[in-house]
Amino acid sequence: MHGRVLAAVALGGLLGGTARYGLALAFPTPAGSFPLTTFAVNVSGAFLLALLLVYLVEVRQRAGYARPFAAVGFLGSYTTYSTWMFDTDRLLGGGDHTLALLNVLGSLLAGLAATVLGLAVGRRVTARPGGPHRFRSRFRRMP
Amino acid sequence: MITLLGVGAAAALGAVARYVLDQYVQYLRPGAFPRGTWLINITGSFVLGLAVGLAARHGLPEQVLTIVGAGFCGAYTTFSTFSYELVRLCERGRAGTSLLYGASSLAAGLAAVVAGFAVGTL
Repeated sequence: MHGRVLAAVALGGLLGGTARYGLALAFPTPAGSFPLTTFAVNVSGAFLLALLLVYLVEVRQRAGYARPFAAVGFLGSYTTYSTWMFDTDRLLGGGDHTLALLNVLGSLLAGLAATVLGLAVGRRVTARPGGPHRFRSRFRRMP
Repeated sequence: MITLLGVGAAAALGAVARYVLDQYVQYLRPGAFPRGTWLINITGSFVLGLAVGLAARHGLPEQVLTIVGAGFCGAYTTFSTFSYELVRLCERGRAGTSLLYGASSLAAGLAAVVAGFAVGTL
């Protein structure tokens, strides 16, 4: 396993985790209410990951540091599963079954929709004439 | 400030742990079912429940709980990859595997939080 790939994952993870924590501090959600900040972080991260992976996996198909840094590191750490499960359990424990169900199914469905949207937008953009490389090829033609 | 730096460092560690474990699981047991992410999300949920339990019952400092919970567990577990894998399984015609992956992740994830909390408050 390459040290530089691990370093890219670590740096992305540091930034993604810090971004999520910063947003949680900036937009705290009171205990017993719907965890809107985690919801927004997870759904936005799901959209961005799908958008990014269309380019990295389906178009570029080349190993580099973009995937370990941005996809595995940053977006992987920016979004969280454990807090989602913990918040759901706490809502259940507080007797608020409706909010707990809304948190599980709402996040799941919104996340899936965000992923589908990210894939669709990414594929639409990269399917254009010239595709995602058109800027680069234009650049190459310059003297 | 120290908490913020701690969260960042723990998140870096969590991301690397996720990457290494996922690669290792894929190497050991390749297949359509995303075993790596499944295992990561369930174990991370357990550790978060455990940390909250230890803080509630045995006085684990608030700062340590934040660094372990929001930093390590938050970064180690992932929602974006989970959602991506669910959709990609469906796209490849494996709706059954996708459903099994989603349902078992949710059930086991919730159970892991409860189990972790129970162990932490022993």
